[in-house]
Amino acid sequence: MHVGSPALALLVLGLPAASFLLIGVIAPLRRSGRAAAALSVAAIGGALAAAVTMWQSARLPLDGPPPNPSATWSWIPGDGGPMATVGVMVDDLALPMCVLVTFISFLVQVYSYAYLHDEPRPSLGRYYAYQSLFAFSMLGLVLAPGFLQMFVFWELVGVCSYLLIGFWYDRPSAARAAVKAFWITKLGDLGFVAGIVMLWAATGTFDFWTLYGLADSGVLAAVPNLTTIMFLIYLGAVGKSAQFPLHVWLPDAMEGPTPVSALIHAATMVTAGVYMVARAFPLFALTPDVLRLICWIGAFTALLAATMACVETDIKRVLAYSTVSQLGYMMAASGAGDYHASFGHLLTHGVFKALLFLGAGVVIHVFHTNDMFRMGGLFARRPWTGVAFLVGTLALAGIPPFPGFFSKEAILAAVLNGGFRLPFLMLAVTSLLTAFYMFRAVFLVFFGRAHGHAEGHGVPLAMDGVCRLLAAVTVVYGVTLALGGHHGEAPGWLPWVSMLLAAAGIALAWATYQRDIIAPSRLAAALGPIDFMARRRYGLDIVYAGLYRIVLLGLSRTIGWIDRYVVDGVLNVFSAAALRAGDTLRRLQTGQPQDYVYGVAFGVLLLLVWAHLVSP
Amino acid sequence: MPLTAYLILAALVFAIGLFGVLTRRNAVGILLGIELMLNAVNINLVAFARFRADIGGLVFTMLTIAITVAEVAVGLAIVIAIFRVRRTIEADHLDLLRG
Repeated sequence: MHVGSPALALLVLGLPAASFLLIGVIAPLRRSGRAAAALSVAAIGGALAAAVTMWQSARLPLDGPPPNPSATWSWIPGDGGPMATVGVMVDDLALPMCVLVTFISFLVQVYSYAYLHDEPRPSLGRYYAYQSLFAFSMLGLVLAPGFLQMFVFWELVGVCSYLLIGFWYDRPSAARAAVKAFWITKLGDLGFVAGIVMLWAATGTFDFWTLYGLADSGVLAAVPNLTTIMFLIYLGAVGKSAQFPLHVWLPDAMEGPTPVSALIHAATMVTAGVYMVARAFPLFALTPDVLRLICWIGAFTALLAATMACVETDIKRVLAYSTVSQLGYMMAASGAGDYHASFGHLLTHGVFKALLFLGAGVVIHVFHTNDMFRMGGLFARRPWTGVAFLVGTLALAGIPPFPGFFSKEAILAAVLNGGFRLPFLMLAVTSLLTAFYMFRAVFLVFFGRAHGHAEGHGVPLAMDGVCRLLAAVTVVYGVTLALGGHHGEAPGWLPWVSMLLAAAGIALAWATYQRDIIAPSRLAAALGPIDFMARRRYGLDIVYAGLYRIVLLGLSRTIGWIDRYVVDGVLNVFSAAALRAGDTLRRLQTGQPQDYVYGVAFGVLLLLVWAHLVSP
Repeated sequence: MPLTAYLILAALVFAIGLFGVLTRRNAVGILLGIELMLNAVNINLVAFARFRADIGGLVFTMLTIAITVAEVAVGLAIVIAIFRVRRTIEADHLDLLRG
């Protein structure tokens, strides 16, 4: 196992944090916009350099027991050692992930400057403050050496997601989507935090390294409710990584600016759940039931999201559904027991999905619409954008030698080797659908008749350059994977089947949306019920809305009724009684002095009689 | 004459005074009743002073008389002030403090 330098890791963490604090605290810097952008980009660029250095300089001790890759400091002191620690854990998972996060963050921040050029300056400053905070939080999550620190950063990235989805907060739809994303992920986080606390109660530690040791020595397997604990922890990943049934927030999250979608809702934050499962894999390995559930849910999510992507007309939402679908792939591989395959797909997907989103940003910039049916013929006008987008599409569809092919094949092999036949079938169908919906988008946007009336204004160099760079990285990455070879556990027929499915999907899309051999309406009619349900998102949004109305509003109304009529009622009875008594007593005061004298005389008489009775 | 005779006289005067206070409608009449009650007390004090041979009772009586004079002066002044404002000194009509 590689072990990276903790000092470099702290530098990677510290640069975006410093940038966030500076932009956040110094108001003139934030209002200037341009300076804030420069500072933020410089900080993330430095973090990228530090991350790459850390990756390259990581030691690989050959002999002896594996060294502890985490450096921790006491956080919450307790009897006999700290109760919780903070620190950094720089191992084989964190190293490439740090490079991915800083790399994509850097490119997205550069791209954003051109994309958000028309924003008011203070808004731009605010945007870069959020971006820096996000980079810091995501890196903190990746480097976290324990569950508690991971949870803190987990929530921080959730906050950043909320802030950035709602960046254009004056749009009601964006504000609504931000709140929806925040609350739906909170549903999963409830399980996550409960699981962490239960795990701590059972073992007395949050640290991954200690937990790995406990898992190895069999102490953890003796914990009676470990299955429940791991299931609860998995719930956090369900929310964050948009697994069924909590995936509904991700498509709505596309209300944010496109670079944000590329960074947070495609490449980095949504993969936090997958990363967490990989991080805690030695623990999950002890609970086969939970792993089976992860695999099934993952495969089902992949298929469900792919069908919805096929009927979507908004280009960003297509990509959002494909992200959900690919996250399902990753989770399925983790559930099948091969988290290396899952993590590999996480890395490749991070690169090419960011490319696709940033390409979509260029497309939206040109056409001024998200509706694919109002675009067309872009390839002839902007061939390089087309090539970049096509590279991403081929990678996502799983065509060699693009990286998606290798990582996806590893996942299919893992699921098949794990003995999950039905999930494997679901994933295979998904890979056909993936090729179909992605090429549907390509044909609608880049080829075919030009429906749109795209204005001839150019695309800023920063946007174009970033897309081309990412496309080049994707190709190089794929070629590296192809040359590097892959572990040959898969049956020999798998790559051919995988390619055949992708080719079939592409052919179907070509025939339907390019050549008009098959009318889309007839295709929809042939798949009647699925088409009907997919267009309505399988009614899940309605179910959530209904649950919200019935459960939450119902509960609120009941509590409101109790407050109004029971709690207030009791108090009203008391106050009415006091008023009534006061009104009665008022009549004693007649205002006639002689009545009072009567009272005094009568009282004296009574006292005399009493004195006489007591002491005769 | 024994002490009891003085005490009975004082009790009678006090009762007459109390009766006047309770039944009179005129504010001046009520003040007169109060004077009677105070003087009944004075009779008691003087009687006890005489029979106990205690000079304190006489001194106290002198003080009471002085205070009574002051009280009458203030009381009559109030009655006159009320009459100027309300044009009446009938106690039944002076019920501004009714609850």
